[in-house]
Amino acid sequence: MGLFIAQLLTGLANAATLFLVASGLSLIFGVTRIVNFAHGSFYMLGAFIGYSLMQVLPGAIGFWASVLLTGVLVGLIGVIVEVLVLRPVYKAPELFQLVATFGVILVIQDLALMVWGAEDLLGPRAPGLKGVVRIMDEPIPLYDLALIAITPFVLFALWYLIARTRVGVLVRAATQDREMVAALGVNQSWLFTGVFFLGAALAGLGGAIQLPKGGADLLMDFNILAAIFVVVVIGGMGSLPGAYIAAVLISVLNVFGVTYLPQSTLVLMYIVMAIVLTVRPYGLLGREEVVGEHGQVGEPERPIKPASTKARVLVGILLLCLFALPLAGSHFLLILTTDIIIFCLFAASLHFLLGLGGLVSFGHAAYFGGGAYVAGLLVVHVNAPMELAFVLAPLGAGLAAFIIGWLCLRLTGVYFAMLTLALAQLLWSLVFQWDEFTGGDDGLVDIWPAEWLSQANSYFYFTVVVGVGGILLLRHVAHSPFGYALRASRDSQRQAEATGINTKRVQWMAFTLAGTLAGVAGALFIFSKGSVFPNELEITKSFDGLIVVFLGGVKTLSGGVVGAASLELVKDYLTRLEYWRLALGLLIIVVVVLAPHGIVGSLRKLRERLSGRAEDDVSTVTSSATATANLQSPESER
Amino acid sequence: MNKRKNTRAALAAVLGLSMAALLGTAGSAMGADAIKIGEINHYKRMAAFAEPYKKGIELALSEINEAGGVIGQPLEFIYRDDQGKPGEAIKIAEELVNREGVAMITGSILSNVGLALSSFAAEKKVIYLAAEPLADGLVWEKGNDYTFRLRSSTYMQASMLAEEAAKSDAVKYATIAPNYAYGKDAVAAFKKALLALKPDVEFVTEQWPGVFKIDAGAEVQALERAKPDAIYNVTFGSDVAKFVREGTTRGLFDGRDVYGLLTGEPEYLEPMEDEAPEGWTVTGFPWYDFEEGANKVFVDAYQAKFEESPKLGSLVGYMTVQSIAAAISRAESVDTEKLRQAFLGLEVDTPVGQIIYREQDHQSTMGAFVGKTTVRDGEGVMVDWVYKDGANYLPSDEEVAKLRPASQ
Repeated sequence: MGLFIAQLLTGLANAATLFLVASGLSLIFGVTRIVNFAHGSFYMLGAFIGYSLMQVLPGAIGFWASVLLTGVLVGLIGVIVEVLVLRPVYKAPELFQLVATFGVILVIQDLALMVWGAEDLLGPRAPGLKGVVRIMDEPIPLYDLALIAITPFVLFALWYLIARTRVGVLVRAATQDREMVAALGVNQSWLFTGVFFLGAALAGLGGAIQLPKGGADLLMDFNILAAIFVVVVIGGMGSLPGAYIAAVLISVLNVFGVTYLPQSTLVLMYIVMAIVLTVRPYGLLGREEVVGEHGQVGEPERPIKPASTKARVLVGILLLCLFALPLAGSHFLLILTTDIIIFCLFAASLHFLLGLGGLVSFGHAAYFGGGAYVAGLLVVHVNAPMELAFVLAPLGAGLAAFIIGWLCLRLTGVYFAMLTLALAQLLWSLVFQWDEFTGGDDGLVDIWPAEWLSQANSYFYFTVVVGVGGILLLRHVAHSPFGYALRASRDSQRQAEATGINTKRVQWMAFTLAGTLAGVAGALFIFSKGSVFPNELEITKSFDGLIVVFLGGVKTLSGGVVGAASLELVKDYLTRLEYWRLALGLLIIVVVVLAPHGIVGSLRKLRERLSGRAEDDVSTVTSSATATANLQSPESER
Repeated sequence: MNKRKNTRAALAAVLGLSMAALLGTAGSAMGADAIKIGEINHYKRMAAFAEPYKKGIELALSEINEAGGVIGQPLEFIYRDDQGKPGEAIKIAEELVNREGVAMITGSILSNVGLALSSFAAEKKVIYLAAEPLADGLVWEKGNDYTFRLRSSTYMQASMLAEEAAKSDAVKYATIAPNYAYGKDAVAAFKKALLALKPDVEFVTEQWPGVFKIDAGAEVQALERAKPDAIYNVTFGSDVAKFVREGTTRGLFDGRDVYGLLTGEPEYLEPMEDEAPEGWTVTGFPWYDFEEGANKVFVDAYQAKFEESPKLGSLVGYMTVQSIAAAISRAESVDTEKLRQAFLGLEVDTPVGQIIYREQDHQSTMGAFVGKTTVRDGEGVMVDWVYKDGANYLPSDEEVAKLRPASQ
């Protein structure tokens, strides 16, 4: 019994940090609809800044003053990020901002390394709270008790702010209907900035307050990211009490998991999330999403049309160049191009889902890595010939997408995205932990192509044919009746249903097709590298895909491919620099700010502006689009 | 609208300029006829480990090149960052081999990147010296003709600790290790070695926290619940610091023997400062207590050059260059096949003494320092340490032959 109570208390203490950081994320999302990937970075900054302040401010007062001051400082950093990076891109397509926040992550990582150095810092202990008390004979650290006591106060203060003050009224109003709030004369941009300050400050507080139980290191930003997303989703996006309950639930379950199922540490929270979302699709205290009812943010997407003759000729020339590439004689150029084509196919498959289907998957790496693993496992365990493994890999990935799609498609929007993430993580941890079968973290190695493809030239041609073929297939499907049905389901489910389209089934098929093609990319990948490791189906890989799709332009047909190719090329160059993360992060931010419609989307706009909108069909589309955009958003720039 | 556009343009300009400034710092001077070695690592993602390692390399390079290089040519390392991704590392390896014309490749801290590079090396017939990665598979189950490994492996270091553990009266053991390949290997090796020495030992619980995601309070409670006589710790980095703090606060280590794999390395012991654990038996690197000999020379040279204390990674980096230089000297060439022959049975004089790259499994005989931890002048240090030669902690030749693939 004593142990049970002690474990419960440990769980409650652990929940403190998780709740603080997650509540910030939840607030930011609730009001601004920004999925802030950089939230973990604010948390990390909180730890480092708190550490530095505690070195100069002495005693118990100094300690707690440092914690509060850290909150304020990190809040201000949040404001800087919001004003400089996010404000210019609020009008961009929904979720585009996550690319900007990804740039911020990279910048903060390198800046933290420059300022605080590479070595892990052990957090100072809280003066006066270093000991333990014995509760039913079990030692309980005093600081744990302090954390347990503080959290409800923070929750109450936040609740009071949101529920009882005028600011809170505005925040809640903005959460429900931003345009209406703006129409009533509230200065939205300062409301957003304020919420960003609060959200970042909470993350900073979380970072500082965990110092006595941990420390500051350069990996903490990504390490907490998945956990806080899980907490926010389980609690219900935008709900503070929900975030608290979820943080407690996850932390307490984790403590018992550690004791009774020590191997479960990686998967437990994803299983909880999957169960909660299955039973309560909008989280414990969340409500059905209201966004989307006003249509998409920003201007509506134009109808797609077949490529013009000029474009076809251009692509044809490009393809010819690709085929002639081995003549250039540079072996490495072939390797690099192979990598790029593989990544392009992966991005194109995600873009198909995201752009045409409107289905934001945060777990697309599951099918890329899944395909690679199917091929790898076949080769390693049953000694399958490469050709057979290569054919079965996409089928395996497609099957995974078929099952996961069926589970996830009962949800929509961000909840859909989060469930795809959770299930992808489940797959990842299965691969990561099932050593005997998958090789675990040591991966599968020595999986090289068959004899007839083992030369760099031949494998290059193989990749060009299969990879470009896959991309063209996706493009072809976009123009087929199925593609039309898919876009109809995305734009107006009700009308689509009324015309006899089974929207769920169409989306399900699209999900499966996208997964299958990601599996093709995965199969190309494994035979070009000769090995595969669990990181190919991890969150970061999924994020890489998301970034390039948005960077290229989610509302254009070629966005995924263009984004993937440009980012891979740029990365190949930048990673040669000492502070490449800083450089890449800044570059991404510059591109995001200058091209809020993605590379392709913004180039198209530029061309239209230069040609004075002379082109016949484009101008009508644009003007009607502008009219709609004006109707939707009073603050529209045009 | 105009105003907004202006700010946006201005912002972009500022960011663009800072980018340009960054790019301006790129590019490095290349020696004329230098022998190039490709060094692939996770310089940013694992900065705490990679920085001292790189400095160790630089120290050795400057010493060798000041002495006239190897076979009359200067030695040059090309450093490339792989972001900690195996796939990326392969791409870079392709480039280094095909475009830069490196004589061989080395690098990686993470075992999985090491395994990927090793597989690449075998397929493309390039020498790969795995300096830091610890995975046993690199030289055994997945070993190949072209891969050699410098650092004493998980198996070797776990065996050293098991030998110490067998001397104590403890019977009931608990283990705590990060939940991935390295942690599992380390626990399996320790169990095997200890049970061989002392068959009545019993393992009462195994804890598997996620790497760098330890829930230290819960782990400590779970270990306490099993009431072990002794604990075997494999966690490292920020995990071990949290584990030590919670464990000390809650009295987990009172009256128990604790064995810590790698815990004595300055990389992990130093950040804990005066909270470093007392009386743990660990493997590590007591650079502060060298009084004479090659170890002392290395430490002094390192501190003189960088004005900071060396880590274990520094030593490994230093020995990596020494090994490569020795192999090239012996081969009198940078031809891959000659290099490969030169590495087989290669003897290298290093700060820790002479090491040999074994012919049977390509593992070097680099050993490890084993001692007890304590706090001295507010710093965690190792005392009563001895250097154990790795050659004595490797399986017999017959066993190795069974472990290595049939192609050997």
